[in-house]
Amino acid sequence: MRWLEKLVQQWLDASWVRRALLGICGFFAALLVAGVALITIELVAHNDLLTLTSGSKSINSPIQSSSSAANDAQLQRGAYLAKLGNCAACHTARGGAAMAGGLAIHTPFGAVYTSNLTPDAATGIGLWSADAFYRAMHEGRSANGRLLTPAFPYANYTLITRQDSDALYAYFMQGVASVAQPNKPHELRFPFNTQIALAAWRLAFFNAAATTSTPKNAANNDHMTLTLPENSVNIERGAYLVKGLGHCSACHAQRNALGATGREQTLSGALMPMQDWYAPSLLSAAEAGVAHWPREQVVALLQTGVSASATVAGPMAEVVAKSTQYWSDADLQSAALYLQSLPQSASAKPPNTGQTNSSQYQRGQALFGQHCASCHGEAGQGLRVEGSVALPALAGNRAVQMHNTTNLVRTVLAGGYAPSTAGNPRPFGMPPFVHVLSDEDIAAVVSYIRGAWGNGADSISTTEVIAQRKGLMR
Amino acid sequence: MLGIKRAPTVYLSVWLFTLICSAALAQSNAQSNPLGQDTKTQNSMAQRMQACTTCHGAGATAQIGRTANEAYFPRIAGKPAGYLYNQLVNFRDGRRHYGLMVGMVEHLSDAYLMEIAQYFATLDLPYPPAMPPKQGTTAATLARGQALVQRGDAARGIAACTACHGAALMGVQPAIPGLLGLPRDYIAGQIGAWQTGMRLAHAPDCMGRIAKLLTAQDVDALSTWLAAQPVPPNAKPAAALPAILPERCGGMP
Repeated sequence: MRWLEKLVQQWLDASWVRRALLGICGFFAALLVAGVALITIELVAHNDLLTLTSGSKSINSPIQSSSSAANDAQLQRGAYLAKLGNCAACHTARGGAAMAGGLAIHTPFGAVYTSNLTPDAATGIGLWSADAFYRAMHEGRSANGRLLTPAFPYANYTLITRQDSDALYAYFMQGVASVAQPNKPHELRFPFNTQIALAAWRLAFFNAAATTSTPKNAANNDHMTLTLPENSVNIERGAYLVKGLGHCSACHAQRNALGATGREQTLSGALMPMQDWYAPSLLSAAEAGVAHWPREQVVALLQTGVSASATVAGPMAEVVAKSTQYWSDADLQSAALYLQSLPQSASAKPPNTGQTNSSQYQRGQALFGQHCASCHGEAGQGLRVEGSVALPALAGNRAVQMHNTTNLVRTVLAGGYAPSTAGNPRPFGMPPFVHVLSDEDIAAVVSYIRGAWGNGADSISTTEVIAQRKGLMR
Repeated sequence: MLGIKRAPTVYLSVWLFTLICSAALAQSNAQSNPLGQDTKTQNSMAQRMQACTTCHGAGATAQIGRTANEAYFPRIAGKPAGYLYNQLVNFRDGRRHYGLMVGMVEHLSDAYLMEIAQYFATLDLPYPPAMPPKQGTTAATLARGQALVQRGDAARGIAACTACHGAALMGVQPAIPGLLGLPRDYIAGQIGAWQTGMRLAHAPDCMGRIAKLLTAQDVDALSTWLAAQPVPPNAKPAAALPAILPERCGGMP
């Protein structure tokens, strides 16, 4: 330690300017050392291999300890949980084998390819133990200890109970057909493709929820209470569904520059990265807040894709088609109860700029009569068939008047159908106008419907349409 | 006796009739019609398929069975239902990739896609006039196109179009499409998509195999010739082929 004493002596002997400079350098060096130490701990902590093959690490798994075959009830429950979590939306590629992965998730940091979750030993998760599976869900760490990219929403799945994780594990191991399909390496840019970057990201933005090691002692865990009253309508169960497997915050919460949604899961709405869709705020009556809706309408929207006043589109149509339409009534009620309990921000209704005399407005009015009125009605009243929305009313429609016009312009450009569901098997649809109307025309007609019939939203500019047309053609 | 016994039944019938009528009237009032159509029209396939017509035509543009402003979109009216169904499923399941179509059918069920296919298969709309060959098309090109379509090229393993698509080229029930009444660019575009693997059919993908044998000149010749053929009045897909298909094709019943 002689050198350290010498260093301190030199520092004391130096002029005050040098002292200050050296002090600052020392401070940052210490910070760097601490940061590196933390990242190293994050990288190596619990970085043990958890596989079935060794047997030594994979202890306490109910699946192994009792018998190799899960019972039917657990399998069924796992299949249902996979629907709740919408695993297939990402882990089944379009037209690909179920749960075999390979779908590209485009992020601002590059493409992430979803992994093979089938029980294939070589390319899937066939060698994973229930412990390893739970650790992936709970800590975002692969069986071989590697940190997973947060495109896999482990910030949400960390909330799920060990019991639910084990049921999911049983389903993936025994309820999904084994498919040999090697995982595609991610195409993330440097430095986002490094484990160090992921470790740093996790230090800043991720905490695993309190753990439950085995279902036996899980009764003491705070998560456990959330899953018990499953067949009753229960706000805690709703929170567990919305925040956990439902991973609503993956789209509806704002992400920061590094793609983190924040631990609070504030569902205040967000533009979905790389998608040209806006996931509206669930905290605002002006967007998609449902606090003031009758509860059965919230349930109807999630179960059938249509409610008395709305129809789902875009990524939410996918969520309904692949996930929420299969949720049990009790779970839908619980989720609705929780969504209705979210604190609603006061929504300042935007002042109607009232440019009803502008040439853009008049052009929009003419175009509306020509292209839209035959379905949406001259007064924008829409069409109802057998009590539910076939073609949404535009008058008073909050999706039309929302401050963010991404979805509105997208819908006029690309059209689309509501999803086929048991409750709405033959949905109505909206034609694409990308080949029919110019950018100026679309800006005009969108501005018209935002201002007509008492709607109070401002007009949009042609540049907004140009940007989205480009995105659509990408 | 008979009359007395029947009387309550008659009263009951009248009463029931009145009840049903008033219920029905109440129902139609409840769905009072903003668009000047009756409830039946609103709740129809025609209304549901409005989303298809800006590109594929109907209503005002029904006379030609496709839109006037875009030469690229294919006519779908009157094509065999099995063919249309296969295409809808192909778009949904990743064998065809046109983004707008994928977006439309992405979350629709098999049952609904079949209903959609059957709806368009039964539409009986007049065909557009033949498309004259573009300026500078030589007689040799047209002859080459006609030869490929009607006789194929056995030396290169290319079957005649007519061997599968029918002697009249109007398609064959239930799953082989007609080739007449389509824009030249659409035909050339689809063959190109098959050559590059952008368009796939159910395996074995016989059309993909044949498309890969065609040269650029072949594609130009046959698409020009096909688009220049007028569609005979009342032309319909053939009920069956006179002989078996020259090779096995997927997506066939």
